[in-house]
Amino acid sequence: MINKSLKELSQALAAGQISSVELSTLFLDRIERLNPTLNAFVTVDREKSLTMARAADARIAAGTAGPLTGIPIAQKDIFCAEGWTTTCGSKMLANFVSPYDATVIQKMHADAGLVSLGKTNMDEFAMGSSNETSFFGPVRNPWDTSRVPGGSSGGSAAAVAARLAPAATGTDTGGSIRQPAALCNLTGLKPTYGVVSRYGMIAFASSLDQGGPMAASAEDCALLLNTMVGFDERDSTSLDRPVEDYARDLDKPLNGLRIGLPKEFFGEGCDAEVMAAVRAAIAEYEKLGATTVEVSLPNSHLSVPAYYVIAPAEASSNLSRFDGVRYGYRAPDYGNLDDMYAKTRAQGFGAEVKRRILIGTYVLSHGYYDAYYLQAQRIRRLIANDFVEAFKSCDVIMGPTSPSTAFKLGEKAADPVQMYLSDIYTIAVNLAGLPGMSVPCGFVGGLPVGLQLIGNYFAEGQLLNVAHRYQQATDWHLRRPASVE
Amino acid sequence: MSLTLEQVKRIAHLARVEISDAEALTTQGHLNGIFQLIEQMQAVDTTGVEPMAHAQDVYQRLRDDAVTETDRRSAYQSVAPETEAGLYLVPKVIE
Repeated sequence: MINKSLKELSQALAAGQISSVELSTLFLDRIERLNPTLNAFVTVDREKSLTMARAADARIAAGTAGPLTGIPIAQKDIFCAEGWTTTCGSKMLANFVSPYDATVIQKMHADAGLVSLGKTNMDEFAMGSSNETSFFGPVRNPWDTSRVPGGSSGGSAAAVAARLAPAATGTDTGGSIRQPAALCNLTGLKPTYGVVSRYGMIAFASSLDQGGPMAASAEDCALLLNTMVGFDERDSTSLDRPVEDYARDLDKPLNGLRIGLPKEFFGEGCDAEVMAAVRAAIAEYEKLGATTVEVSLPNSHLSVPAYYVIAPAEASSNLSRFDGVRYGYRAPDYGNLDDMYAKTRAQGFGAEVKRRILIGTYVLSHGYYDAYYLQAQRIRRLIANDFVEAFKSCDVIMGPTSPSTAFKLGEKAADPVQMYLSDIYTIAVNLAGLPGMSVPCGFVGGLPVGLQLIGNYFAEGQLLNVAHRYQQATDWHLRRPASVE
Repeated sequence: MSLTLEQVKRIAHLARVEISDAEALTTQGHLNGIFQLIEQMQAVDTTGVEPMAHAQDVYQRLRDDAVTETDRRSAYQSVAPETEAGLYLVPKVIE
């Protein structure tokens, strides 16, 4: 049961082979047993989950169930959920019990009838690529517990990989869905910016943040994405567009699909064996009827520098709300108001978050704004234009998700720049606002490798189709770590 | 470009983050490493390129000037460190 797809679980629930309470209990028991090793969940509340499961069973019995009603999932702890502790991986919010639901949570709970198993660990305020910046300690990769699961959605990735949950939510500002998906052998999708509401999703860099699904397969991602999307007037950047069924094109043949291979993604900087797995996946696509064409993203080498101006600038503004007044941590001892702010923020934020706040404060400060912030925004335009040009000669772009497989805990923790460079292939997609996926495509030394798929704006359905057809022809996505018996 | 220790302390003050001398020194090293990476941008001629603030060209929507939210003050204040009579308490600002 724990390895079944969302569709199979849905059928089992509809046929009465298992109840949502039984299914949820199965996963809650696994969490209880395996989470002490993995640290994938930071909050689990069995009673709350089972209450939701009972309500789902009632909906199933009454014939009012949706396609995913009663299926348990894990929620990244960046999504506010009413009555649930919502920490964002930070001491600042360690005791914050959200008084409201994020739109994504509301859609999943009230509309879709999904059952939340708990909140998953993450890099503090989603700032990190290894899940080591979490106040609640690192998450361990189920494929090798001496290694990181990636980040920032590392808890969600580890939870699904170890089958502590059938699927999970993640968020992606610079690669935080795709990179952990790659490192944990999952399928993850970052939608086009504006497709999934950001209301109640704790803000890191608002012009880049986007929520999305993390699951075992493209089909699971499509079904989960269907429950997450939609216009939301409470998010000022939410896009008002017709609702789509993201599963509708899953089976479409790939004959004639033009795959763009950016020469910048196939040069130096990527582990040779990772690259070999990626090339093998592309050869598989050619067997499925696709053709390849070389494209160029000439400014992609500037994506990491531009990102580390834009994202910290937006973060320094967004995180100014954490001042010890309206919610969250307040320092126990302080003098005047200024001192209260400074001590609260010094004690409540971890080192990486403080670094990014300081970078952001500096690049936005008088005299430096033009040289850094505006220059980064101009380069962002160049990067986005590169994609516009590339998509004139191809339908989808492919390359590695991450330049290496999962690295050891502590390996890059001391050097921020080394850590930042692990997102070298994913960041440009966020800057342009395009949809991107990571799909399992092989192993190097027993560790998973991810293939990145990048689509044009609103091409989520096509990306899922391209991923699904590959998963019909290969079985990489069905491999499970040894800890999953 | 290289940030001085004084600049690091000044930025920390602007960001309202208390920083010790020892922390400022470590932070200085990290920030200068990061700015070395960021400096790659300066080699690019972007004359005439329109800055891109957002992935989509969207405008702020207007809504009807009508009350749509219910009063949830007590729920929202229940998560505050210190409140009194519906007000957030902070150290005295005006004597």
